[in-house]
Amino acid sequence: MLDRRVASFTEAIAGIGHGATIMLGGFGGAGTPLGLVAAVHRAGLRDLTVIANNGGSAEPDLRIWLEAGQVRKLVCSYPKSKLHTTASFTTLYLAGKIELELVPQGTLVERMRCAGAGLGGFYTPVGAGTALAEGKETRMIDGREHVLEMPLSADVALLRGRQADRLGNLTYNKTARNFAPVMATAAKLVVVEVEEFVELGALDPEAVVTPGIFVDRVVQREAPQ
Amino acid sequence: MSTPLNREQMARRVARAIPDGAFVNLGIGLPDMVPDHIPPENEIFLHSENGILHVGARPPAGQEDWDLINAGKQPVSLRSGGSFFDSALSFAMMRGGHLDVSVLGAFQVSEAGDLANWSTGLGEGVPAVGGAMDLAVGARQIWVMMEHTARDGSPRILRQCRYPLTATGVVKRIFTNLAVIAVRPEGLEVEEILPGLGLDELQARTEATLRAGAMRPLEA
Repeated sequence: MLDRRVASFTEAIAGIGHGATIMLGGFGGAGTPLGLVAAVHRAGLRDLTVIANNGGSAEPDLRIWLEAGQVRKLVCSYPKSKLHTTASFTTLYLAGKIELELVPQGTLVERMRCAGAGLGGFYTPVGAGTALAEGKETRMIDGREHVLEMPLSADVALLRGRQADRLGNLTYNKTARNFAPVMATAAKLVVVEVEEFVELGALDPEAVVTPGIFVDRVVQREAPQ
Repeated sequence: MSTPLNREQMARRVARAIPDGAFVNLGIGLPDMVPDHIPPENEIFLHSENGILHVGARPPAGQEDWDLINAGKQPVSLRSGGSFFDSALSFAMMRGGHLDVSVLGAFQVSEAGDLANWSTGLGEGVPAVGGAMDLAVGARQIWVMMEHTARDGSPRILRQCRYPLTATGVVKRIFTNLAVIAVRPEGLEVEEILPGLGLDELQARTEATLRAGAMRPLEA
C-alpha cells in the first residue's frame, strides 16, 4: 500500500548526502520548512548547493546552514538581507567564501518549471540587454530580444505544505505556497513538512494543489526528530 | 514655484492615474504608499509577485498571519474575491502581459525608457535582483515613480543610464516630485509640471532632452 507518510524528521531526510543540490521552498518567512531545515543542520550535511529565493533571515532558516558552513553555492534571486552576523550570506559572500548564481525571480521559477515539465529551456525577454544576460544565447522573437534560459533541477526539494494524505496529495497555506508546487516537480526526492495528515478522501480533489505523484515523503511539523 | 510634491503627494498623483478596474503591481519603496491613496470610488486589484491577487490592507497589530505576506515581506490581508497561486503562475501574469500597470521605483531612467532600479553597480554588498527584472518586462504599462534628481542634485532622467540596466525601452511614464513625463518614440514629453516651474528650469534638472507636451499643472 502506497504510504508516503514518515514518522520522524530523521526518516524524512534519510539518504540525502554531502554535496547534494537542495531546493528550499519559501518566500521570506512564508513556506520555509523549518523542521526539515533543522534536520539537515543536525545531520551535518556539507558542500550543499541550495536553490532558494532568499538568502536567510533572523529565523532559523537557511541562515543556520550558512552559519554552520554547510553551503558551497546559492542559486537565488534575492540573497541580500539586513542580517550582518559573522556568517550571514552577506558576510560569507563578501569574504569570497560562498558562490552565488543570481537569477531573476520569475526566471528562477520558470527554469524549475521547465525541468519538472521535461523541457529543454526557454526564451525570455527578462534580463535581455542587462548584465544578467551576459554570455547567454539570445534570439529575436517578434522583434524583441529574448535570452535562452536552461532548466534547473535538484537532488532534493524541501517544502512546507498545509495538509497531506498518505498519497502525498498536498494543499498549502496562503502565500506559503510560492515556489513549492514547482519545486515539487523539479527534484528527484521531494520531502514535505505539513501541518497535518488527513485521511484519504478528506481532501477535496478540486483543492489539491500538488498531486501526490510529485511527492516522496511527508512528515508532520510536530513529528519527533 | 510651488513646493515640490512630497512622497505622499506623489503617491496620491500616481493613485489617481490608475484606471478603475486595473490589475496593478506596485514595487517596493515609493510605490508602497500608493494603495492608501486610491480614490474610494475606484476598484483596483493589487498583485503581489509572491502569489496574491487583490491584496488588502495590513491587519491590525496582533492579527498578522505570517503565511500571508506581500513581496516586501510585510503582513497583508486578502480582499473579497482575491486568490492565491504559485510563483510560476504569478510571474506568468507579469511576463505574459496580464497586468495593466506596474509601478516601480528607480535610480535612473533614460530617454529611451531604459530602467535602472536594481543595482548601483558600485560593487557594494551582495547583488540582489528579486522580481525587479520580471516586473519591468511584461505589464502593459510600466510607470516609474521617483524623485526628479538624486540627493546631491544630479539628474536621474538621463540620455543613457549609468547604473546597470534592469530592462531596456520599457518605461512609459515617469512620475516625479516635479513633473509627469511620457516616454514616446520621439523622446520625452512633459505632460504635467509643477506650477510656477518653467520648462527650462525642469530641463536644468534633467540630462535628457524634454519637449513640452500638455504641460498641465502638476497637482497631487
